[in-house]
Amino acid sequence: MAIKIHAKKLNFYYGAHQALFDNSLEIEANRITAVIGPSGCGKSTHLRIYNRIFELYRDQRVEGELLIDGKNVLAPKVDVLELRRKIGMIFQKPTPFPMSVFDNVAYPLKLHFKLSKTKIADRVEQALRGASLWDEVKDKLKASGLALSGGQQQRLCIARAIAAEPEILLMDEPTSAIDPVATLKIEELMLELKKKFTVMIVTHNMQQAARISDYTAFFFQGYIIEFGETEQIFTNPQKTKTEEYITGRFG
Amino acid sequence: MKAHFIQAHTILKEMIAEIAAKAEQAVQSAVDAVDKNNVAAATRVIANDAKIDEAEIKIEEECLKILALHQPVASDLRQVITILKVNNEIERVGDLAVNIAERVADMALYQERKIEKFDFRDMVNKAKAMLKQALDAMTYHDVAIAMEVIRSDDEVDIIHRNNYGKTRDMILRYPDEAQYYMDCLTVSRCLERIADSATNICEDVIYQENGHIVRHQHSVKSDASQ
Amino acid sequence: MRRRGLSFRKLSDRLVRLFSTIAVLLAVGAMLWIIIVVVIYGAKALQWSFFVNPSKPYGIPDGGIANALLGSVIITLGATLLATPPALAAGIALSEFKDYKKLMFLLRFSANVMMGMPSVLVGLFVYIIMVVPSGNFSGFAASVALAIIMFPVIMRTTEDMLAMVPYTLRESALALGMTRMRTTLHIVCMSARKGLLTGILLALSRVSGETAPLLFTAMFADGWPNNYFTGPTANMPVLITEYTTNSPFAAMHEAGWGAALVVTALVLIINVITRIIFREKGHGH
Repeated sequence: MAIKIHAKKLNFYYGAHQALFDNSLEIEANRITAVIGPSGCGKSTHLRIYNRIFELYRDQRVEGELLIDGKNVLAPKVDVLELRRKIGMIFQKPTPFPMSVFDNVAYPLKLHFKLSKTKIADRVEQALRGASLWDEVKDKLKASGLALSGGQQQRLCIARAIAAEPEILLMDEPTSAIDPVATLKIEELMLELKKKFTVMIVTHNMQQAARISDYTAFFFQGYIIEFGETEQIFTNPQKTKTEEYITGRFG
Repeated sequence: MKAHFIQAHTILKEMIAEIAAKAEQAVQSAVDAVDKNNVAAATRVIANDAKIDEAEIKIEEECLKILALHQPVASDLRQVITILKVNNEIERVGDLAVNIAERVADMALYQERKIEKFDFRDMVNKAKAMLKQALDAMTYHDVAIAMEVIRSDDEVDIIHRNNYGKTRDMILRYPDEAQYYMDCLTVSRCLERIADSATNICEDVIYQENGHIVRHQHSVKSDASQ
Repeated sequence: MRRRGLSFRKLSDRLVRLFSTIAVLLAVGAMLWIIIVVVIYGAKALQWSFFVNPSKPYGIPDGGIANALLGSVIITLGATLLATPPALAAGIALSEFKDYKKLMFLLRFSANVMMGMPSVLVGLFVYIIMVVPSGNFSGFAASVALAIIMFPVIMRTTEDMLAMVPYTLRESALALGMTRMRTTLHIVCMSARKGLLTGILLALSRVSGETAPLLFTAMFADGWPNNYFTGPTANMPVLITEYTTNSPFAAMHEAGWGAALVVTALVLIINVITRIIFREKGHGH
């Protein structure tokens, strides 16, 4: 098994407040790793370290090492723009850009690659197919991305993320704002995605984590309480806290 | 959400306790009937089995309902699954009691004959004890008792093997009484199977408690043989 | 438990409703009243020649407002061109670079002060720094004065509009590997473009009726506005003030009201356009 991401003792701070404590994790390539835990446990925060998106805020900082393919990406000399090309991120609410469906997907392509118009069109189609959206939007590529349904918007965002040819996909509760049928589509899509990408998904929906992921990490109050194969976590968790959380005995 | 599950689970536990008591009673009555050649009692055991079958179906439906509606995980899941499997075993124990009872009418024909009779007391006591302990282990979530029951399964197996040899010898010696000895062998086999069911229940209890599937692993038993 | 009587609660509910209705009637009524008065007094002046002829000196008949209308358009457009780029930039800074707290506090504070400044003061200020040194009134000076008034208005609406863009949109743009600048200009401003346009139009309609600053800067001239940068420039607000208050001629009073009607109509049209633009934006979500 190939380790794609290796988090080593990550500590994260919002100003003076420490949100993550000694988070260490080994993420296998081409697998789906689910991150579960109650609200405010730090699971999104943890994910936001990977593409250094937290740096948007001046008061947030991280300590520790995050090795991707063996290279520490938290080092100051790492090119953040290139790092973010390699790590796509999908957010809780779909965030299509205020432009056409086509341009949404073409944007990262034009941003990162020098391509002819026909090549771009090809890649856009490829990305939309990769996100299982092509058949639904091929006749309205010029329509605004905002005119699509919620589920379609989210898949558009996935298409946009995979257009930049990333290696890792981070999904921060990608289906929590979407109806069950659209959710199912995205879950099915994820099984396809893991053939090409290493996928990490934060989810509040434990059934979802159980259904789609290969590995599950349980976060609680900034600590990684338990990490293991999803099957084991959901049939026979080793830690009492995990057991209490997944069986709904919290509080 | 959790409260609903706990409620459903409590009802389930009551139901399984009830069917277990019925099955235990059926075994008791069946072996008593064999002992006393009481055909009437044997007939009652056979008639009562319908109630156990009915209860089994109810429990299974309840389990399926809980699985579908509450989608339990971790220990909750293991408890429901264990009940589902134990339920099956208990029903089988009920059937075995019936099998024993069915032999009583035939065996009663031989009660006046001055032939060598089978003494099932030791085997009955062991099998009954195992069943009772298994059900206790389930009720009280006691892995230690469960392990003990699994280990003692060998003893009943040995008795049955001896009974087999004895039956063969007796039939050779008294060919005219072959039917009686065949009945005895059936009773012995049923008791052995009841002990097996008790063992299965204990294996399920161990899974329920610590998530390990110990079935088909001989380590537990070989510990006992050392 | 004893029930509390319902009658008092119902009564207070009715009273509040009554007051609200009266308040609405007052506001709408005042607006209608103004429009009706302006229409009654101004409608008579509206003829073809009124729109195409330039204004004429006192006492000469057949004067129009064409030069003042054109002058006003030039002055306000000039003001918009001057005010918009720095105001947008300031608004973007306020919304996107919140983390630089002290600098942003200073910017916001000075904008607030500017917003509260009487327009006559702005006019005087421009008079001192532009008109006095150059020795002549000019339309450009008027544009500068109006731009100063527009700046904080546009800046604040820009900040508000950008604040309405969800933060995850910025994050998703950055997460694709965009720089901060590209994210701000291409994605955030693009998302808020209708709101930004609305802010500019509102500021425009706000200053289109400003009179005081123009008295010190553009002054007035009978004749076409052909020296925007160097000479006094005809404009609507000053024309209205002059004609309706300083003139002894009934025809000029009438023309003043006519001009007032035109200005009112224009402001109304700008406001309606703004609403329509904004409603379309709301529709998209």
